[in-house]
Amino acid sequence: MTHYHKSSKPLVWLPFAAGGVTSAMVLPVLMLITGILSPLGLLPDGALSYERVHAVVAHPLGKLVLLGVLLPSLWHGAHRFRCTLQDLGVSSHGGRQMVMLGCYGFGFLFTILAIAALAAIW
Amino acid sequence: MSQSYKPVFPKTWWLQSAFYTRYMIREASSFFVATYSALLIIGLWRLNDGPQAWDGFLHALQSPFAVLYHLLALLFTLYHTVTWFAVTPRTMPVLVGDDFLPAAPIVIAQYVAWVVLSLGMIAVTVWL
Repeated sequence: MTHYHKSSKPLVWLPFAAGGVTSAMVLPVLMLITGILSPLGLLPDGALSYERVHAVVAHPLGKLVLLGVLLPSLWHGAHRFRCTLQDLGVSSHGGRQMVMLGCYGFGFLFTILAIAALAAIW
Repeated sequence: MSQSYKPVFPKTWWLQSAFYTRYMIREASSFFVATYSALLIIGLWRLNDGPQAWDGFLHALQSPFAVLYHLLALLFTLYHTVTWFAVTPRTMPVLVGDDFLPAAPIVIAQYVAWVVLSLGMIAVTVWL
């Protein structure tokens, strides 16, 4: 008689898939704007000024979009990076534990930081 | 546990075939996805600290190291985008009636959404 265990995996897959979508759809253009166009002076003056960015982040809809993009992407990256380190040869029990703590700790820390920052900005 | 099978393979296994190497390049994008998300969250804190802190954040992004990081991040994440779109018809097959939707329209629809979204965000940043 086979016993089937209920798996918690779907609960993890859903945010993982969501993060795969957000990082594929939204991160490239964000990287382009904040990391390349803005630093190289290719945007109009004040495009990323404090007033403009603050207005977006202070708006409830802006907060919702930021949370919806940043947190799934963060966890998607953290989980996948953990798997990558294991692929690269971290195979001992202790090593795997450290990688897990490091990656998920990173995700947890920045989740708290993101929520706290968005709660502080109005 | 000590008697369980432990596969032995060299640490450079992913260089032994182009397929494995492409896999590892794609997985390396996870480093940039995670760190860039964290970087933006740090940016939110700089924003919260006021106009001077925010300008300092923007200024820090102008360092050659930061620009190089973002170029690499963009390249790797674009590779993630392309591979993610390509695999979606298999990870989330769409059943219509008795048949699954063919792959092409699903892939094309994602590219259309991606281009519209990306151009829209650039337009909003530049003109609004």
